[in-house]
Amino acid sequence: MARYASILELIGNTPVVDVSALSPKPNVTVLAKLEGRNPAGSVKDRVALSLIEAAERDEILVPGRPDQVLIEPSSGNTGIALAMICRLRGYHLKVVLPSNVSPERRQLLLAWDAEIIDSPGSEGSNGAVRMAQRLSNEHPEWAFLYQYANPANPFAHYTTTGPEILADVPEITHFVAGLGTSGTLMGVGRYLKENKPGVQIWAVEPPSGEMVDGLRSLEDGYIPPIFTDNRGAEMLDRKVVVRPKESIEWTRRMTEAGLFVGISSGAVMAGAVKCANTIPDDEQATIVTIASDDGWKYLSTGAWSDDIDLVVERAKKIIYF
Amino acid sequence: MSAVVRIPTVLRPAMAGATTVTVEGVTIGEVLRALTTSYPSVKGQLLNDDGTLHRFLNVYVNDDDVRYLGGVDAAVAGDDEITLLPAVAGGAR
Repeated sequence: MARYASILELIGNTPVVDVSALSPKPNVTVLAKLEGRNPAGSVKDRVALSLIEAAERDEILVPGRPDQVLIEPSSGNTGIALAMICRLRGYHLKVVLPSNVSPERRQLLLAWDAEIIDSPGSEGSNGAVRMAQRLSNEHPEWAFLYQYANPANPFAHYTTTGPEILADVPEITHFVAGLGTSGTLMGVGRYLKENKPGVQIWAVEPPSGEMVDGLRSLEDGYIPPIFTDNRGAEMLDRKVVVRPKESIEWTRRMTEAGLFVGISSGAVMAGAVKCANTIPDDEQATIVTIASDDGWKYLSTGAWSDDIDLVVERAKKIIYF
Repeated sequence: MSAVVRIPTVLRPAMAGATTVTVEGVTIGEVLRALTTSYPSVKGQLLNDDGTLHRFLNVYVNDDDVRYLGGVDAAVAGDDEITLLPAVAGGAR
């Protein structure tokens, strides 16, 4: 079908593409699920739609009622996805955004008519979470859907991303994704563990203390409630750190497979390569990774064109992956 | 077998300011016990009384979280780099 009543019908059902050209081992197939194909440009479209629909079911939000305000901390993609849906529904969205995210994110939020509240860049995503919690306490009349604790976040992945992966890749042996709110890992992880016993769930995290937009280290002092609520420590089979330089290198290498993806997707691919390297030569394995978004929002960082050491140095000052 | 352990900033004062320490051990448990033998005051931050990993300590062998590799039983090879990262306890929930 190529005709749709609403752009929201285009959320999900993203394609999975074979990127085994980048696999370090011939016996390991690697596939990437291209979440940049979602209409607002990232995997977070699924989460944002699920958060809004749950709030409407609970009548926290009512379409058509005037002067309804939402506040949400986001380093970018959730804010952008919420902003698109809020624009359609007529809600006013305030996004608490670390001041040092890439300028494209800021522009996109403004394009969807969201209001930006800056949080200190030095405090990263955790600072945005704290500020949003404080503002929400001061303004109980604002809807605070709080993606880090809302079960509608992993539920979106349990009901859509997970089933799509298993339908398209029934031979999956490993699922590798980044750790942000942990929604993708918890939702897809639970679905796969229930429906394909033996699948391994691998988390990729940035080094502690690094500013990594969209990904977060659990060691940075904030563990998302949905991680603990879903027994994340038991759900995960492995958790590996990927360093900024590896992330940029693999973001660039993804172009060898024809993929122009965001930097967290490069980080996750680097994690998938680490995973592939653990598979014995006489075993077949099929790794599915999530490419959370496309590269467009990161062009200003010079990630593909500038000297890699320069890009990595910049990564320490600006949140861009 | 000796392994290189990278010491995080918060533990350095208790470890004579060292940024890396080379210790003997073939498991993470042996490596951590060797550290506490040399620097007894850090014991409470590394291991529980029953010898398991302290809840707020995260240990990586070559960037792989040992909690998913068998914890204190995780194997250590000669050229492995071990990183200790204490979690900030206050934000755990």
